Amino acid sequence: MARELMKGNEAVAEAAVRAGVEAYFGYPITPQTELLEYMSRRMPELGRAFVQAESELGAINMVYGAACTGKRVMSSSSSPGVSLMLEGISYIAGTEIPMVMVDVMRGGPGLGNIAPAQADYNQMVHGGGHGDYRPIVLAPASVQESVDLTVLAFDLADKYRSVAVVLTDGSLGQMMEPCELPPMQPLKTSFPEWSVTGSEGRERRSLSSINLDPSMQEEMNFRLMRRWQEVEANEVRYKEYFMDDAQFVVTGFGSSGRVALTAVRAARAEGIKVGLIRPITVNPFPIKVYAEIVKKVEGILVVEMNAGQMLEDVLAATKYQTPIEFFARMGGIVPFPDEVLNEIHRMVKGPLTTEGHPRDRWLNRTAHKK
Amino acid sequence: MPPKGRIVVNEMYCKGCELCIASCPQEVLALANDHITAKGYHPATIIAEGCTGCAICSIVCPEAAITVYREKTGANRIPA
Amino acid sequence: MALNESEMETMVYERPEALTNGITHYCPGCTHGTAHRLIAEVIDEMGLRDKTIGVASVGCSVFAYNYFDFDFVQAPHGRAPAMATGVKRVLPDRIVMTYQGDGDLASIGMAEIVHAAARGENISVFFLNNANYGMTGGQMAPTTLPGQKTTSSPNGRDVETQGYPIKVSELLSTLDGASYVVRRSLHDAKNIRLAKKAIRMAFETQVRGLGFSMVELLSICPTNWGMTPLNSLQWLEEKMVPYYPLGDYKVHPAVAEIKI
Repeated sequence: MARELMKGNEAVAEAAVRAGVEAYFGYPITPQTELLEYMSRRMPELGRAFVQAESELGAINMVYGAACTGKRVMSSSSSPGVSLMLEGISYIAGTEIPMVMVDVMRGGPGLGNIAPAQADYNQMVHGGGHGDYRPIVLAPASVQESVDLTVLAFDLADKYRSVAVVLTDGSLGQMMEPCELPPMQPLKTSFPEWSVTGSEGRERRSLSSINLDPSMQEEMNFRLMRRWQEVEANEVRYKEYFMDDAQFVVTGFGSSGRVALTAVRAARAEGIKVGLIRPITVNPFPIKVYAEIVKKVEGILVVEMNAGQMLEDVLAATKYQTPIEFFARMGGIVPFPDEVLNEIHRMVKGPLTTEGHPRDRWLNRTAHKK
Repeated sequence: MPPKGRIVVNEMYCKGCELCIASCPQEVLALANDHITAKGYHPATIIAEGCTGCAICSIVCPEAAITVYREKTGANRIPA
Repeated sequence: MALNESEMETMVYERPEALTNGITHYCPGCTHGTAHRLIAEVIDEMGLRDKTIGVASVGCSVFAYNYFDFDFVQAPHGRAPAMATGVKRVLPDRIVMTYQGDGDLASIGMAEIVHAAARGENISVFFLNNANYGMTGGQMAPTTLPGQKTTSSPNGRDVETQGYPIKVSELLSTLDGASYVVRRSLHDAKNIRLAKKAIRMAFETQVRGLGFSMVELLSICPTNWGMTPLNSLQWLEEKMVPYYPLGDYKVHPAVAEIKI
């Protein structure tokens, strides 16, 4: 299949179309808007549903309604918009129906700015919405991966009756790269046994997230968590680079993982034995991978575009057994590969410690900055 | 002669709200104060002759608890 | 109306099939039950039961899906019109209705209802206005009358500080997207009959693809109003109807042609 030069947001939209999305509901917000705009022409052209909602609250609840029919549905937004959608995402998770959400992250908190950031990691991976639920969260680092993971998100959402999130950022959404699009999938013709479609020829059904009886709610909580155990057992995905002989490891997801790879390549060119681990599924987090490298490496550098949100998961996975260092840019700033390379140099030079918190060391190092 | 009717109050649904009683043009309904339903309400019942099967009680009943029957007049009665 | 014939008598009225045999959690006399019954009767009469999808809201009608014998989903507070939009857009040949109270529709869900109407979504909305928040115990609603005492306006709604009630039918009638917007009341048999006709018109509007329909139903809340059901009906007639005049606020010419 021919490769096409596509903008990240539009490539995700077309990937969703080819994955068989039957309804898109969204609300304009930078840096995600191209996705909505693309869908506004593409979906009607295919006779599929598109609504620009009155708000993110409206959009996510349109998704909720359409998802109850068992069809493939999605929305997309950017950080503050996703915050508004969390109520609906919790309801969707509580109703155990599939949906795909694309979060094109931008700087925050608050209105923040429209530049790329990764500060929605906690909002997506560690909940955000109320109650015990775990969304599947996929973190691409290129336009091609955005395409591939969008298709995967639909499959995983269906398989686990779960919310699946494609966690991209303003940089990945806006950049143009060549990519190969998947073939057009046929639309679903049969619907799952839970779907609400009108009761013709069967017993009536209802879908809701309410369980007034606490024991029923607890049973549901158990069901969700057991299903999550299956996700953890089957769906962990990550990429390793130069890990065979690595003495040091850099790790980051999405854009920061991509920048870190450039820095790792430069360090390798200098003869430094450093590798990279880039989680593809930030939820489920590749805990075992980190737990296993603890014994093999001398230090791990976590690179993010937030104040160390994934860092906490790396610390939990490695149990403070290996020295960990942290480096980040925030507020909509993408780190330069040189900055990461400097951090690799610093890690290699040492001294390294397992005492204290890597975030504190990083903050202290950057104390001269306002 | 006015038509003759009767109602059956399903005591599973009736909550004794008295809306049917107040709306009955023949004033032949009342709460059955001699017994209570499983939910603990005195249900509505016919207490006197005169029901015409007008069905107004069923129109105001919030619980759809009332079934209404009306006797056939001679003209439309099916011969036995 | 289905007539069950026997030799001696005709069944004039029986519980509609579109209601389950569930016992409602509504208080004695509550007109939620009346509204449920009318909707169920119309769905039976139009033969729509197996193609209707209801959207329940949050409030006293949160369990509506237990009482209607057809497919249902249950929306977050205020979002029923958005959820209904989602259902209808992917299943346009199904009949989609929301059932919402005044707190749900006229307060937290005001954006969703206004925009569903503005888009002319081909859905039917049944809006129960009982001038207070029922389920949470009788707080002031956007529809609470000036001077009306509630648990959060204990001295009576003071319009100086608490503002004025929202007249939803009047408001939605200004929107070009709305095709059928009327207000009816459930306080006596005559008005209940008129309400049922309006519900029928709302479904007929949707069946014909004519767009957004809403029937506002003035209702009672005896428990929270602190009155008997009968006194509540009287209060509704004397206090609510003058403030919320009954009538047809928007009837699209194509809807006006519908004969039922």
